Amino acid sequence: MSKRSRRRWVDRQEFWGFLFICPWLIGFLIFTLGPMISSFVLSLYKYDLANAKFVGGENYRRLFTQDPLFWKSLKNTVLYAVLTVPLGVLGSLLIAMLLNQPVKGVRLYRTLFYLPSMVPAVASALVWQWVFNADNGILNQGLAFLGLPNIEWLQNEKYTLFAFVLMSLWGIGGQRMIIFLAGLQGISESYYEAARLDGAGTWSQFRHITLPCLSPVMFFNMVLGLVGAFQVFTSAYIMTSGGPNNASLFYSLYIFRNAFEYFKMGKASAMAWILFAILLIFTLIQFAVSKRWVHYEGESK
Amino acid sequence: MKRFPTYLLLTLGAMLFSIPFLWTISTALKSSADYAKEPARLIPSHPDFSNFAKAWTALPFPTFVWNTILITMICTIAQVITGSLVAYGFSRFTFKWRNFLFFVMLATMMLPGQVTQIPVFLVWRNLHAIDTFYPLIVPAFFGGGAFNIFLLRQFFLTIPRELDEAAMIDGASFIRIWWKILLPLSGPAMASVALFSFLGHWDAFESPLIYLNSPEKYTVSIGLRMFQDSYGTNFEQVMAASLVHILPTILLFFLCQRYFLKGIALSGLGGK
Repeated sequence: MSKRSRRRWVDRQEFWGFLFICPWLIGFLIFTLGPMISSFVLSLYKYDLANAKFVGGENYRRLFTQDPLFWKSLKNTVLYAVLTVPLGVLGSLLIAMLLNQPVKGVRLYRTLFYLPSMVPAVASALVWQWVFNADNGILNQGLAFLGLPNIEWLQNEKYTLFAFVLMSLWGIGGQRMIIFLAGLQGISESYYEAARLDGAGTWSQFRHITLPCLSPVMFFNMVLGLVGAFQVFTSAYIMTSGGPNNASLFYSLYIFRNAFEYFKMGKASAMAWILFAILLIFTLIQFAVSKRWVHYEGESK
Repeated sequence: MKRFPTYLLLTLGAMLFSIPFLWTISTALKSSADYAKEPARLIPSHPDFSNFAKAWTALPFPTFVWNTILITMICTIAQVITGSLVAYGFSRFTFKWRNFLFFVMLATMMLPGQVTQIPVFLVWRNLHAIDTFYPLIVPAFFGGGAFNIFLLRQFFLTIPRELDEAAMIDGASFIRIWWKILLPLSGPAMASVALFSFLGHWDAFESPLIYLNSPEKYTVSIGLRMFQDSYGTNFEQVMAASLVHILPTILLFFLCQRYFLKGIALSGLGGK
């Protein structure tokens, strides 16, 4: 290629590459970046769809100092995340490892574990509302069968949050498990052979081969799991409407109420930005800690 | 029987995971009399399909189903097409800021939707688009989300570039290469993206809840919620209606299961 035609080739690459990513780029500007900035500006206003008044940091100050429901919803959500993220990651890893064995009928098992995550969220909430039904739901029937007393899963505020945690475990065979499975299948068999030659046992193989090789996938699953856990909404909206006594008032549900039921757009925006800040901090912490335990291929430690 | 513990764990787990399903199906097939019996039995004494008919006619259910199909179809097609164009751009071209923009795109996966929800709502409100399908459909035309683009891009990277170059020597345009070479070779990845995208829209609850007000515009998700409000105590009928909502997703999953698992595995999501 002559210098000039190479130059033209580069220009053409630049032009077409940019053109192809335009749908995303334009969408990002219109539906993500623009709204993010306006959401922050809005959080400094008092706005009820009719009148807007600049109030500065007042929305934030009130949330922190005068809104017990803000703290309650935050507490519920953090507790939910702290319980579901590690359980979910470990559970999906366990299923993926079982399904990675050369067992007969593996496709059927994989399907059975995956199916719950294909169930639409609303239907799943309705089904679980029925599972948790205090009078004749299947969970209490199972407890009765074992001679244990009935539990009012969704009516007694002591148990509600745990009911949601339990329900979340139904979905661990989904996307996260598939991502782990893909990761497991990407680990070269030769590592294990070498380890076995050196006399490594099952645990030691898991600890020194599987875990390090999977750590990037695990990290990915944890970061996205946390973001997902902080946004739990549909199940709470359908099953309990946040009750009893706000025991399942999750953060997203409280934002939704402020924005679309009470029309406190400024306050809701402030809450959204606080959520964003929390997730950002958590994610940065995860990134910082990850340097210690996440092992990327081709990188010496 | 070295693998006995594995089988035991898998079977127990699969049974545990299937119970809510079986329970839903069994409840949906029970007559009210059968339902009231204690202790409840898993197998209904006389399977009764009238709950489906009741659920189907109690609300404008056919309208909800049609609305959902319309929205889901348009969004899925739009996401697959625009998503694969963007993925093509990110996987085959070098341009200024490419890596930075790709990073920004991945970072949006960590952004909670609530941060953008309210201003986007206000914009649609100013455009008088509340209670129309536009707010639900239009965003699908902008690449279809970071995860889908990422999946497609990873898959495109596994297709040898020599194929593109050969076509280019034959005088094919970039659009033609995308349409004639990359798309036909990406069946598994496209199937995965289509499935995720279908599920995402079939499943969508919060945005239809925010944007749709009149019942004749409702999707199945919010229709079901309305159903729960008025028939909440008739669990047999609520379960029958839920099954109608679940069935298409399960069917679709079985139809493209083979492609789907391959699509994700080959995309090198295995941490590379």
